[in-house]
This record gives sequence, structure tokens and C-alpha cells, in this order.
Amino acid sequence: MYTKFTSDMKADHLILVPSMLPIHFKFFKPIFEKNGYHIEVLDTDNDNIREEGLAHVHNDMCYPALLVIGQFIDALKSGKYDLDHVALAITQTGGGCRASNYLSLLRKALEREGWDYIPVLSLNFSGLEKDSGVEMDLPLIMRTIYGALYGDALMWLKNQVMPYEVHKGETMRVIDEMVDELMVSFENGGYRKSKKIYRDMIDRMKAIERTKEPKIRVGIVGEIYMKYSPLGNQHLEDYLMQEGFEPVLSGVMDFVLYSIENGLIDYKYYHMHSKSWGIYQIAKDVVMRMQKTFRDAVKQDGTFVAPDDFSEVIRAGRPFIDPGVKMGEGWLLTSEVVSLIQSGVTNVIMCQPFGCLPNHIVAKGMTHKIKQEYPNANIAPIDFDPSASHVNQENRIRLMMANAKLNARMQEQN
Amino acid sequence: MYHIGFDIGSTTIKAVVLDDENNICYRSYERHKAQARQKALDKIIELRKFTKEPFTFAISGSGAIGLCEQSGLPFVQEVFASAVATKKFFPETDCAIELGGEDAKILFFRGSIEQRMNSTCAGGTGAFIDQMAQLLNMSLEEMNEASLHYHRIYPIASRCGVFAKSDIQPLINQGVDKADLCASIFQAVVGQTITSLAQGRKIEGNLLFLGGPLYFLSGLRKRFQETLKLEDEQINCPDTAIHYVALGTALCADQEFTRESIEGTLEELVNTPVEMSESKPLFETKADYDAFVARHQSHDAKYADLKSYTGKAYLGVDSGSTTTKLALIAENGDILYDSYSSNKGNPLDVVLHDLKTIYDTNPDIRIYGAYSTGYGEELMRTAFHLDGGVVETLAHYTAAKKFNPDVDYILDIGGQDIKCFKIKDGHIDDIVLNEACSSGCGSFIETFANSLGYDAKEFAKLGLKSKHPVDLGTRCTVFMNSGVKQAQKNGATVEDISAGLCRSVVKNALYKVIRARNKDDIGKHIVVQGGTFQNDSVLRSFEQELDLEVIRPSIAHLMGAYGAALYAQKLHRTPSAILNREQLENFSHTARSVACQGCSNHCSLTINTFNDGTRLIAGNKCDKMIVTKSRHEDLPDMYKIKTQMFEDIKKKYHHEKKIGMPLVLNNYDLLPFWSRFFDSLGYEIIWSKPSTQETYQRGQQTIPSDTACFPAKLVHGHIQELIDQKVDYIFYPCMTYNVDEKQSQNHYNCPVVAYYPQVIENNMDMEETKFVSPFLSFDDEKTFVKAFCLHFEKAGIKFRKHDVQIALHAGANDYKLFHEQLRLKHQDAVLYAREHNLPMAVLCGRPYHLDPLVNHQIHQLLTQLGFVVLSEESVPRQQPHTTNVLNQWTYHARLYQAAHYVCENDDMHLIQLVSFGCGIDAVTTDEVKEILKASGKFYTQIKIDEVDNLGAVRIRLRSLKGAIEQQKEEEQHVH
Repeated sequence: MYTKFTSDMKADHLILVPSMLPIHFKFFKPIFEKNGYHIEVLDTDNDNIREEGLAHVHNDMCYPALLVIGQFIDALKSGKYDLDHVALAITQTGGGCRASNYLSLLRKALEREGWDYIPVLSLNFSGLEKDSGVEMDLPLIMRTIYGALYGDALMWLKNQVMPYEVHKGETMRVIDEMVDELMVSFENGGYRKSKKIYRDMIDRMKAIERTKEPKIRVGIVGEIYMKYSPLGNQHLEDYLMQEGFEPVLSGVMDFVLYSIENGLIDYKYYHMHSKSWGIYQIAKDVVMRMQKTFRDAVKQDGTFVAPDDFSEVIRAGRPFIDPGVKMGEGWLLTSEVVSLIQSGVTNVIMCQPFGCLPNHIVAKGMTHKIKQEYPNANIAPIDFDPSASHVNQENRIRLMMANAKLNARMQEQN
Repeated sequence: MYHIGFDIGSTTIKAVVLDDENNICYRSYERHKAQARQKALDKIIELRKFTKEPFTFAISGSGAIGLCEQSGLPFVQEVFASAVATKKFFPETDCAIELGGEDAKILFFRGSIEQRMNSTCAGGTGAFIDQMAQLLNMSLEEMNEASLHYHRIYPIASRCGVFAKSDIQPLINQGVDKADLCASIFQAVVGQTITSLAQGRKIEGNLLFLGGPLYFLSGLRKRFQETLKLEDEQINCPDTAIHYVALGTALCADQEFTRESIEGTLEELVNTPVEMSESKPLFETKADYDAFVARHQSHDAKYADLKSYTGKAYLGVDSGSTTTKLALIAENGDILYDSYSSNKGNPLDVVLHDLKTIYDTNPDIRIYGAYSTGYGEELMRTAFHLDGGVVETLAHYTAAKKFNPDVDYILDIGGQDIKCFKIKDGHIDDIVLNEACSSGCGSFIETFANSLGYDAKEFAKLGLKSKHPVDLGTRCTVFMNSGVKQAQKNGATVEDISAGLCRSVVKNALYKVIRARNKDDIGKHIVVQGGTFQNDSVLRSFEQELDLEVIRPSIAHLMGAYGAALYAQKLHRTPSAILNREQLENFSHTARSVACQGCSNHCSLTINTFNDGTRLIAGNKCDKMIVTKSRHEDLPDMYKIKTQMFEDIKKKYHHEKKIGMPLVLNNYDLLPFWSRFFDSLGYEIIWSKPSTQETYQRGQQTIPSDTACFPAKLVHGHIQELIDQKVDYIFYPCMTYNVDEKQSQNHYNCPVVAYYPQVIENNMDMEETKFVSPFLSFDDEKTFVKAFCLHFEKAGIKFRKHDVQIALHAGANDYKLFHEQLRLKHQDAVLYAREHNLPMAVLCGRPYHLDPLVNHQIHQLLTQLGFVVLSEESVPRQQPHTTNVLNQWTYHARLYQAAHYVCENDDMHLIQLVSFGCGIDAVTTDEVKEILKASGKFYTQIKIDEVDNLGAVRIRLRSLKGAIEQQKEEEQHVH
């Protein structure tokens, strides 16, 4: 039997969370501290993580599972933590994808090391593991949503500024400052003034001196972990910038909206969740309205490109994929690719773990039709795995970049 | 002004110089032997004679990325370079195929330019052909020449080189004609290019063939031409084909340089020490090395003189995939004669030669028993009239015991196979063989050594001196190739690469095949053997990795043969029937290939005929053609029974109006439901036929993801078959949720099964046929009916909701009845087995493993071995058990049930079929294994793909049977 996380552990247990989004996850600490949870986000990045992952997880399992579990084991072995007072948190999607098994795989890995006394928490919205999770009350949920939105906003702006910055490192310095300030605001309640916060963000990013040199924009979509996590995608955003491109990544709240939308679709398709259906609808409206605040602020200011409205993203995917495809990133991935292309970002990298099942359908399975519809689309599926050596992926990304440049040059000529 | 372009690939460096008018005034193509930087410098110096300053310069190729990053020299992406050259010189081209040492690329020019390269999974093509040439012991020219005179093409897996190799090996062992083999190998390359590169886009119009393999091998071009049905004037292989990337690079080069600046930059690069992550060398000091050598010398085998020996002698022959081993031993176990030779394509010649040598050395030798083992066991036994055969696992264990009676773990890494046996209480407790994906480990080192211009032994020795072995990862050899590329890019030395490769082979064995987590998983008394462990670097890496001292007998490479000889000694008491000196003199053998007419499978058979009239038929999946063997055809086999039940249902309903449905994936479960469902609505279903190789090829061009599982990739062929039949409608619904059998927390289908119709819809041309694919779930009747009616209405058929509702119930009822019937048949089979005291095998997988092309008739292999075959579907409903993993897929829940069921029945054994690429089985296999282990049961897993290599499976199953019998005997001893 595995160890559960009980509420009395809150006081003296440190909860470790594997990082996925470098900016967003920084907010977790103050957000959860308020409810009495002590959190530390693991942002380690070393080869031992991969080694531990390989040794503890079936090697044919998806790469994110390997990395996340490897990161935990690596941390626990580092000697930094008091193993009697540490707990691990992991997300569970609860869908038909095998990613829902990360939790049980983590427990198996712990057992193998004789650490079965370390409790594991599940972060999910599917009602799994009800007795070993974080007790989410409404204020905590709201703070989390705000954290994610601010993270999305900062990431969105960062990618439009950093590739053009004149003084190297300035963008990250400003971002770090803002993150620090926001962290304080989560402690003192100031985080709710989102309009003001967004305006402040835009102003400060705008103030950074930038070159006028046009750069090709490259969209990154993919399996959620591979899309965002630098540990997973080998710092793809940085790499693209270094090579002279502007990366475009939609925010993580789109994924949340996708999950909510799936609840609504389940109702429409199979009359599931007939009781909670109304709540889903409300949640969707609330989140979309909150996203709109940022979008409006960006539009009003006019300096930067605003993110797509999620209902546009949904609409973009419809001619290509049925909204009933809901495992993994499901229809969201296809929709994102199409909406990127429609907004002029014709170069897209699809990041996926090697052998990812839903991606056979929603990524590689859809490119043929997307390219038929948009012949100038330049889509590169990149598989990441623990040992496919970096040069192979790099070469493929280079091919995509060379194609992007070729296409840009052709357009100029026309 | 001159323009210089370099192309530095994984093995070669190409250079082209263009003058003002873009005329080629110099070109070269040379191997760089992992010394890319030095070679580039040499080349620039050489070009002094051909160029004038100033000139423009650029580099391309996978080996050039690091070089350009460090030096700031201009880099041109290689596919881009090809595209530019094509636009310039051959603007009428529609499509270019370029095969290189390890890369395969395809460029489409029609419409917007589209460029594709092989994915991480597909094997390198040039390197693959090299490897095959070596396997056949032919030069590339000979291969090319032979391929032009073929008679028959054998199906060889086209997905990745490693798989293809395991397909070819049995053909070689069967003695198939080399001309046919060469053509089949080229055909595999063609297939690979089409599936993994074209991915749904048709290759048509004017074609350009580029790169070394296509340039040098007209036979390969011919295979492409025939497969793609191209006219002569549509194809072009220019004389610049091998320099093409360099040519394009020269065209792209726009940055001006002086000779001095380039030479200076390159020289600096050659002299820059490369930053490397620190890794432990194999030996810190000379003393360490000496101690290591001394320790292993203590495990030397004893030899005796053959010439003067007068006692009884015993012979063992181990006919492996790439090598043949032979041992003749004296009564006391001393070795009188041994040999280890490469098959060179014909293992029979090798043994013939050895036997002659033995007779020549001691004409009076009295052989009292001769046994064979390994892949070619049957061939050897029949050819030389040996006394018997022993499954190789048992042969190795017998031999290892001789060196350490307490041995509890044997690891054997041969040319292509990794075999590990765990021994518990004196019998083989667990067997792990490498799956198709990580094979080729030993021979890989050899091939690699050769490609770098070294002899294998020399190369291995270099590793011992390495200061910083490179880390090359733990996947299949294809990935290692890229890893080496990476290392070369970083400027690693040959020593470091050698050590790194050896370490990878070891890690591959430990983490990929055995999946050891710590040394307790392995054992305390480890014996390592097989040719690969002859390599000290491999041995040392293994000990380092495990932090353990292991035993490597001096005859590590001969253990199979030695064990077979010991086995002969144990079992045989009379003079051996082996051919005598005179008979050997007359020995001759011919091989002929035919297609079996015994049943609709039409297996390709090889008939070996020997001079005394003895015949051996190899390649068959069933016993039909072999009369000498006892026949177990009639043993109950749930796979056969279910197939028959399906045939009966298919014949049951007849209507004027037809609907086409593919017999794939979940339809292998739902066939009874849909048949009755549509019958109730007045429609007859036209099911696509059970898969054949032809079915697969039919849809191959439209497969978008070559790493999807084989059952999914087959769907394309089935749909194409229905389209070609011109059915009006194809019905293939998406089903997120499966039937709820109340055995799991949820009842999902896996993503691929659930949504494959979406892939079909977006990647296949339906022509006149209408594709109807609603999202349906059995959980809610109302939405089921609604979605069904809506989608058919759009396609032009109007169903009444009430009729559909009735049909739904009728179908569900038949589905239930079908499963009840399955369970009854299951119980009959169990009764039969118990009456006749036969072991039972529960062959577990998914419903679609019933497809004959998917399961490779493994169920028949089991009945041949005397097992009664059951299936996971037919297992009676069990009490729900809790699982350690999230149990939320219907089909997978059946696996756990079957595992618990097997645990409760002593005479049942579980064998799990796993499709390569099935991500969910990464979860289920561990769980099933744990359930079985908790009850002390054997766990046998068989990975299946399009590869049709039953040789390894047969060994697997025979070993299992051996282990079961051994266990039984011991139990009887106890009682």
C-alpha cells in the first residue's frame, strides 16, 4: 500500500513539484504557501536526471514520464531534502492517454528505492486519487489561475522582445524583476489588479531597446511537457532565438480551456457530466474573460502581437479534426497549428516524445491535410527521447529553419 | 570568382569547385574516417592547385554543424543545398530522392518545395546496405550485379535497418539464392523510403536519384523504378549525384574568403582541444589493466590433443545468425577441437570444412554423440545427420555450469542477439532475448570499426586506451550511429568512440534488454559469453557498469557449441550417426525457394536438398509440409476457433444493400456486434479480408506516422481494399470509450484505436466511396443513435432512430452471446487439455492480434509444441483485482484478469504479445509480469511487428517449454 498525503502533513512536509514552465511555476510557492503548503519547484537540469529516469521507468514509456520521475529521484538522492518530511506532487490528466499513469509509475519507482513512505500527491481535475491530493479551495484555485495567466502573459511578451533585444540579457532581467514583484503580490493580495499589472508588463517590456530587423516567427506546439519544458525540449525557445528566429508559444491556459471544453463536448457527444456541465460552461467563460483582459491590453497598446482568442483557435481546427479527439493534446494541437498558420506563422515545430500515441493522430496524422490546405506551411515534427542524440533533432530543426528562410526569400522575390 | 562547397557527412567528405559560369572544375568524394576536420584542412590545401583568390566558401552536412559553430564558417543545410542545385541544373525535376550513408532524404518540387528527411527511427540506408553486403560476404558491386538476376523478392521489413536484418538472417540460414536476397534488400530500401519519407505524398513525375548508394547501385535504381512504375525517361541519376550536396553548397556560397583565412581557421580548429564531458576511462592505470587480464585468464578451458586422443568424443555445433561455432570434447570435458567462423553466407560450408579437418587430424576419432543448437539447428542436424538438437538456452546453461556450478545469471551477447538467462534453483527461471529493436549489437561494433577503416579487434583494443569514452546512449544501433556522428562533431578520438560503443552495447543489454535496476536484479554469479564479450573493452565496461566481477570463460564465444557437446555426452550413448569422412567427401546441397500451397498463407519455403536425398524444408509456419514431425494440428486453439466463429458470422447475413467495414483494430472485437447491428437495419457488411503482405503494401503510401504500431498501419491497406472494391460506404466510427466490462476504473480505447478513423479520413483518397465515421459510445443510447443517424444522413442514408435503437440492442445481445460462446469454447479447451495432460498457453494481446499478419501464427507454433492455446478474451470473468497502475482501458484490463487467472491454474502459462510501438504496453507488461511473479509464474513477452522472424520466437517458446518440463520433473522428484 502506498503512503497518502494527509492534511496533517501540510505543516512539516516540503512538497516537491517538477518544473514545466520556467516562469509560471515560480508563482507556485507563494500561491500554495498561503494555504499552508510548502512547495519547492525542481528546476534541475543535468544528465543524471535522464539516467535515473532510464533506470526507474520502462524505457518505452513516454519521455516526460522518464524526465519527471528521473528529476524526482535525482532530487531525493541529492541529499538536499529530509526524506521523512518531503512529499512529491505530480499531475494526472485522467484521460485515455498513458500519461495518466505517471503517478503509479512514480510510486513504483519510489518503492524500488525503498522510499514507499514518501507520499505522492496527485494534481488533477478528474477526481482521481481523491484521498491524496491538495485540497483546492476557491481562493487557491483563483490564485493558481492568476499565476498561470501572468505566466502566459510574461512568456508571450518575452518571446516578442528577447529575440530583438539590443542589450543581451535585459529582457530576462526585467522578467525576473516582474516575477519577483508578482510573487510578493500573491502574498499581499495585490495580484487581483490584473489590468494594471498587464499594463505595467507591457510598458516595461516596451521600454527595452530592440532592433528593427525582421525575424521569422516559428510556432512551437506539441505534447504539453515537450512544448514548454526546457529540460524536455532541450531549450528549444532559446535555441530558436539564438538562431535568429522569434518563437511563438500559446499559453498554458489554452490547455486548461481545452480540458474544460472537452467536458462540454463529452456532454454533447455522450451526455456525460450532465450535473457538472453548467460549471464547465461558467469556468470556460470566466477563464476566457480573464484572457481577454490581457489581449485587450496588448491590442490597446499596439506594440506587440496579441494572442489568439481561444474561440478562434477552436474554430481553426474544426475543418481538420473532430472535437471528439480528446486524448493527450487532442484537437488542441491540430487547432493550434492551423491558427498559427492563419495568423501568418507558417513555420511550426511539433514537439513530441518519441512514440507518443495521440500524436500519431493529432500531429503527424493531420499534417497531410493541413499542407493540402496551406501549401506554404512548413511543419516539422520533432521526436524527443532520452538518447536520440541531440544532433538528429538539431538537424531536423535546421532543415525546418532552412525551409523557413527559403520560403521567406521566395515570398520576397514574388 | 571560384565557389567552393564542402559536404561533410557521417563517413565521407565531398568537395566541389565551381567557376564563374558555374562549371564544375573540381570534385572529390572521399572517406574521412572520423577525421573530418583534418580532412577538410587537407582538402582546402589541395585546392590551392585548382582555385584562385578570392573565392566564396560554404560547408554543409551533418558532420559540419559543430565545425561551423566553432569556427563561424558559413553553414548550408544539406537538403536546402540539394534544392538549390536542382533548381539550377534540373529544373524539370518533380521529386528527388537522395540516399546517403545514414540519411535518406526526399524533396518534392511540385507546388511549394517540400523537403523531408528520415525520422529518428528509420535506419540509415547506405550504412544498411554496407552491413548487408558484409552479412552476405559480397562486395557492393557483386550485390548490385546479382540483384539484376533475381527470380523472387522476399518480404523484408522496410521500417528500419535492424529489423530488415533480422528478416534476412533466416533467409541466409535457409540458403536462399543470393540474387534473390540482394534484390530483396534493395526492395526493402525502396519500401523504407516510400513509407518513412513520402508519408502519404505520391512519388511521381520526373525523378532525380542522388547520393552514393543510388549512384553506384543500378540494381537499387531499378527497384525504385519498378516499384514506382516509372518510365526510363522519367528518371535521372546525374554524374554529380554523389557530389550533389557539395555542388549545391558551392552554389549557395556567397561569403568571400582568402586562402589564408580559411586555412588558418581550419588549422585552428584541428588544433583546438575539444570540450568533452568527463567520463571514467576503462582503466585508470596499467596495473588495473594487468590485474583485469590476470583475473580473466584464470577461467581458461582445458585442451587435449585431438591427434592422439583415443576415447569417445562428443561434438557440438552452434549455428548462429552470423557465425558458426563448433566444439569437439573428450570424455573428461577437455576440448579436442574448436572453431569459430563467420558464416560468410553459407554456414554449411563452414561445418563441412571443420568436420573434414577433424577427420583429417584423427581419422580414427570415435564420435559418440553430436548435437546442434542455435538458429541453424535443424539445418545442421539434417545436413550432417547429427543425433539431436538442443534449444540454445539449455546449451548455454549446461556450458556455464561447467565453469561455475553456482551460476545464477548468464548473459550472452552474440553478433546479433542478446540472450540472458536467470537461473534459480538449478533451472532456467527467466529468459530475456533482445527484441527486434536493439539487436545487432555485436556485429554493429564490427561494422562500425570497418566503416572507420579498422579491423574489429584492432578497434576494440583502441577502446582500452580511451581517456574519455563518449556517451552514445542506450537505444538501437541506428541511434548509436547518430550518437557517433555527434561525437565526431565534437571531435572525439577513435579510442573514445570505440570505448563509447562498447559501453553502449553493455548499457543496451543492461537497460534496454534486461532492464536491470540494480545489481541484485542480475545475480551474484554471472557468466558472460558470446563473441562480443571476447572484446575486453565490452567486458570491462560491463564490470564497471555493474561494479561486479564476472566470469568470462576463455571459450566465451564457443559456449553454445560446448554446451551442445556436453549435452550430447549426457544424452547419447551409442556411436553417432554423423556423416563419416567418405560421406563428407560426397556432400553437396542445393537450395530452392517455393511458395507453399498448403494454405492461403503461401509462406515462402526453402527446400534444401542434400546429395543423399535428404530434404529439409525451412521457412514454414505450420507442419503441413513436414511429414516427419508429429502433428499437433488438432489441439484446441482459441485463436483458430475465434477465426472460425468470425467466418461463420460473416457468412450469416445477406442483404442487397451493403456497407463496407475494415476488419482491423477494435473491429476484431466488435465484428459480432456490427454484423448483427447492420443486419437488423437491412444491410450486409462487406468486411475487408484478413491481412496479407499485399494488404499492407496497398496502403503503405498513405501512412503518415511510421512509428505507429503495425496493426494501425495495416488499416490503410484494408481501407484501400474497400475503396478498390468500389463499396458505396465505408463505416468506421471513432470510439473514445470501449465496451464497459466493469473490470477497470474507466473503459477507454487507446488513442490509436479510438481515433485512427480520423487519420484515415485525412490521409486517404476515398474516390467515389463515402466515409462515415461518427463518434460513438455504447454508454449512452440516445447520443449513439443520434450521432449514427446524423452522419449517415449526411452521407445519404436515412435511418429511423427507432430502428437504430432496436439494432443497437440486437447487436449488443449478439456481442454478449459471442463472448459467452468464447468462454464455453475456452472451458472445452481447458477440459481437453486436462484430459490429455497437456500444458496450456494463454496467449494474451489485443483482439486484433487475431489478424494473421499481425500474430505471425504464433498460436500455431504453440500447438506444434504441444500447448493448448487460450486467449485473454476468452478467460472467464474474474473478481476485479486492484492494480498498481491506473487501469482504465478495457482491452488492457483483460490482460490483468488473464494474469490472475493463470496464477490460479498450475497448468497454464501466460505469453504476452506486444506490438512494437504500443506505448500502453509499456505500462501493462510490467504489471502483468508483477502479477505473475508474485505467484512464481514464468512471464514470456513476445514483441511483434511486420518482421516475420519466427526463429527467435521458436527458441523462446521451446525454452519456455523446456523450463516448464524441468519444473514439472523437479516437482515430481519432491513428491
